[in-house]
Amino acid sequence: MSRIVFVNPEGTAQEVDATDGSSAMRAALTGGVKGIDADCGGEASCATCHVYVEEQWLQRVGGPGLDEDDMLDFAACERRSNSRLSCQIRMDEDLDGLVLNLPESQ
Amino acid sequence: MTAGIVIVGAGQAGAQLAISLREMGHVGIIALIGDEQYAPYHRPPLSKDYMAGRLPEAELHIRTPEYYRERDIRLITGVCVSSISPESGTLVLSSGEKLAYERLVLATGARNRRLEFDGREPPNVHYLRTRDDAHGLRGALEDARDVLIVGAGFIGMEFASVAADRGANVTVVEMADRIMSRAVSKEISAYTAAQHTAAGVEVLCSTSVDEFRRDTSGRVTGVRIGNEVRTVDLVLIGIGVIPNIELAEDAGLTVGNGIVVDAGLTTSDPAISAIGDCASHPRPEISGLVRVESVQNAADQARFLARRICGDTSDYADVPWFWSHQASDKLQIAGLSQPTDGSVVIGDPVSNRFSVCRIRDGRLVTVESINSAGDHLASRKLLASGVQVTEAQLRAPSFSLRTAHDYHPSGGGRTGPAYEPPLERKN
Repeated sequence: MSRIVFVNPEGTAQEVDATDGSSAMRAALTGGVKGIDADCGGEASCATCHVYVEEQWLQRVGGPGLDEDDMLDFAACERRSNSRLSCQIRMDEDLDGLVLNLPESQ
Repeated sequence: MTAGIVIVGAGQAGAQLAISLREMGHVGIIALIGDEQYAPYHRPPLSKDYMAGRLPEAELHIRTPEYYRERDIRLITGVCVSSISPESGTLVLSSGEKLAYERLVLATGARNRRLEFDGREPPNVHYLRTRDDAHGLRGALEDARDVLIVGAGFIGMEFASVAADRGANVTVVEMADRIMSRAVSKEISAYTAAQHTAAGVEVLCSTSVDEFRRDTSGRVTGVRIGNEVRTVDLVLIGIGVIPNIELAEDAGLTVGNGIVVDAGLTTSDPAISAIGDCASHPRPEISGLVRVESVQNAADQARFLARRICGDTSDYADVPWFWSHQASDKLQIAGLSQPTDGSVVIGDPVSNRFSVCRIRDGRLVTVESINSAGDHLASRKLLASGVQVTEAQLRAPSFSLRTAHDYHPSGGGRTGPAYEPPLERKN
């Protein structure tokens, strides 16, 4: 079990538990984080679980895969160098304490 | 008995409506009634990652059961609605409980069309829609050697991929002359059928099963197709769905191929709305009514209705989109096509990354993409923007879906729009 802090655009933080091996998106839904839609259920098909990875975590989280990279260009909110789809971030103990910032919309 | 919002159907549409209402600050009573024993769950993985054993059951939940409790959403599972009485604004549940509603939302979905068998239904004939269906089918697949799939729609072809991956001999029988003929262009049908064939799936189009052969226990042991008899130990029937309109019909609401609603998703009774697979609704780009079976339609109509309940007055106009995973490919579709639409292929199918643009009256209406997620998302934005793209523009060598929203409407190249396209979706 590890923890993720989701920060909404107003700056309010919400900490949720994540199951190792499961996705950051799943942890957000389980924890009732508002602002992650994840309509496709984690199949990297809808781009509605977009997050901005807090800079200090960027290296450990890593960059997007090929498809994900392509999709991020057309997500509802501006793509930045730290954009990821949270359904594609696999949690493990190395990511305990991960901070993910939410965009204005999905 | 205090009245509130009662949602009938706890699938993707019903669940999303309850979630969105609370997220938008609605504080009134919400009841969400589902006839399955589970809290709302994601259906798309049932025929893909869940079927392939890549997704644990616990990850199917749309939200955890606690989520609904904590937000004061009364989730009633394993219960059907027996009847609705619009005159008194009440409904009766199979448990005997009577509920009053201020607003009723029908998110009753659809059910699988079934094949008629003489006498008892064969135990090895499966359908796939619910979590229980998927659980049963996944278990049966473990021991299956010869799999027959009737119907080459999304469900049939997705299951064909999973079954072939597991080493089963897979045959797909389809009455139409190509796979997924209702949903995609002949180019996508041809490409995808070839990919399935390469993966070892036998696809038989313009074909139907002439006879199911059964043993004394009722199991299907083989099928006759023309003069040929094939051994079968597992059958999946995927021949489409029937919308669940009976409750609405019995309550006196207008129904057709679905529960008829207006552009605000309101039925013929102003206190009753319908969303998702069951809702037959108008769309700005087509004449008449359409019923769309998809997660996007369910979720977007739910979010739309939540906004409307919270005071918005716009009409529903979100661009439909769909996706499917088959063989090793990802198919994504933006927009609604009709079989008579023309096609322009962008990219080279040999590269396994391309899109088919569908044309109606000289304009782009739908984009079907293979392994091109960026093109797909760009197409969704393009179709939502209202910018018209002509066939001539599509055929220009320099055309790219990713920059098309900058095209001059008269085809003058990427010189910037001649008029300001709306930044947001039309609604």
